[in-house]
Amino acid sequence: MDNNLTTMYIYLAISGIMFFAGVYGFIARRNMLAILISLELMLNAVDINFAVFNRYMHPTVLEGYFFTLFAIAIAAAETAIAIAIIINIYRNIKNIKSDSLDKMKN
Amino acid sequence: MSYSEFLGMGAELSLMAVIILLFIYDTFTSSKVGKYLPITAILLLGIQTLYLAFGNSLGLGGLNDDTSLFGGMYVSTNISNVAKIILNIGTILVFTQAASWVKEDDMKIRRGEYYVLTLITLLGMYFMMSAQNFLLFFIGLETASLPMTALVAIEKYKENSYEAAAKYLFFAVFSSALMLLGLSYIYGATGTLYYTGIASELTVTPLTIVAIVLFLAGMGFKLSLVPFHLWTADVYQGAPTVVTSYLSVISKGAAAYALMVALTTAFGSGSEVWFNVLYIVIALTITIGNLFAIRQQNIKRFLAFSSVSQAGYIMLGVMSYENGFGDASLLYYVLVYIFSNIAAFAVAGAIERASGKLNINDYDGLYKTNPKLSVAMMLAMFSLAGIPPFAGFFSKFFIFYSAIETGTIPMYVLVFIALLNTIISLYYYLLVVKAMFLKDNETPIATIKSDGYTKAVVFVTALGIILLGLVSCVYDYIYNAAI
Repeated sequence: MDNNLTTMYIYLAISGIMFFAGVYGFIARRNMLAILISLELMLNAVDINFAVFNRYMHPTVLEGYFFTLFAIAIAAAETAIAIAIIINIYRNIKNIKSDSLDKMKN
Repeated sequence: MSYSEFLGMGAELSLMAVIILLFIYDTFTSSKVGKYLPITAILLLGIQTLYLAFGNSLGLGGLNDDTSLFGGMYVSTNISNVAKIILNIGTILVFTQAASWVKEDDMKIRRGEYYVLTLITLLGMYFMMSAQNFLLFFIGLETASLPMTALVAIEKYKENSYEAAAKYLFFAVFSSALMLLGLSYIYGATGTLYYTGIASELTVTPLTIVAIVLFLAGMGFKLSLVPFHLWTADVYQGAPTVVTSYLSVISKGAAAYALMVALTTAFGSGSEVWFNVLYIVIALTITIGNLFAIRQQNIKRFLAFSSVSQAGYIMLGVMSYENGFGDASLLYYVLVYIFSNIAAFAVAGAIERASGKLNINDYDGLYKTNPKLSVAMMLAMFSLAGIPPFAGFFSKFFIFYSAIETGTIPMYVLVFIALLNTIISLYYYLLVVKAMFLKDNETPIATIKSDGYTKAVVFVTALGIILLGLVSCVYDYIYNAAI
């Protein structure tokens, strides 16, 4: 059991690092595609969390895995919309720097 | 599981039928018949609203009280049904407001998308409000917010529209990720995603505190509570006015109700954690929303910050859930807020379409040229500020009353802060009224000839602002459903 818990902690640490790497990228990156990748990193870190908790803490029911599956599908939908918007922005202003989206600051 | 359980979701199925009918209508009709799409959408949604309101008493089925489906994942109660009716009324008003907008040349080819996407977000909100399981809650939330992004970007050649869409999308997904991290820790601690299961398993440990705070942060983004409100002004300004009015009332109302259900049912045993967090967040939201609204010149940014502070008032209802008034006063507040805010946005939208002007300064002397629009705007401002005898006064009264009913000193302090803020808000709401009625202007906005739809929405919302407070059966109806 202890051994199991240690393995779980390792997984959780990895997903924690992934999540906060994503948060850092979200704040620090200026390219919208990089921001999107950071968001994916955060969402995938959460998916790992769910799967790990299901595997090591509550192995009898599969709720965590199911949540992971749905979260992956929704993340895909979100990426599709994000890419569509980024392409639209590129068509209009020929770059995808988030700095260039500052027309509404009065 | 038997598939007949799907038939128990009367509200969702009927809305899905509306979506499919509209989609078919838009896809397979010629452009000649296609121009009746707005009125078709309004009528179909109206029929569906009537079904929600009276389907049960007429014995049409599918709307039984306390329907619990899919092992308790989906629960429909009287009060959630009332919440859906309220959102439907708001959506019908927004559709009426949109009718003249979708006739414009660059919107003509996209009007089908507008109606279908809006209704899909509404469907997501239905699921979110009926969810008793965080998986369904999350799916509903994303079904509500992803098409919303597309709606914000629907005027895709306008700079503001795509800028707002990018900001909305990134913030929405970021907040979802935060919320999911919280949920994953909740799952780890309790081993279930059902609200009732979490309620019985939850103990206050450092892990669950972090989880609840993350969950609140995620939902705070959706509700634009301070300190998660930074996207609001830009998105509200950049989105088409019709979409903004939908975003500011319907999604906010749905998110507030769903958050209340989640907090009170699932996290009821951890209430001392979220109570304190929410307490500070509400005090900050009301105050900072007000202070920033004073500075705004653009009417849409102004209404954005006003809606930030209104969200704080809405959340007061969550704080007082224990005495049984909380959910009723929250829904009543949302209903009144829908009417007031849509009135304001309808007038602002009509003026924007006719003259392209969006600054409060441009409204100087508006009364001379457009008396009806000015009066409607004035009613909306009075109602948002909470001046009696308009509906906004009564909704604020009930919210404060239910908060006072809890009878603790901290709640008295919070209500006092909220009261002080109503006075501050009076100042900036009256600035708009002053501009329209008192200020002289050599070149006021010319008299606007608005079409029937705009007239209808302005008239109905103005009537609602006057009547909703005075006609007590509205509140009685909501309150009776809540108990």
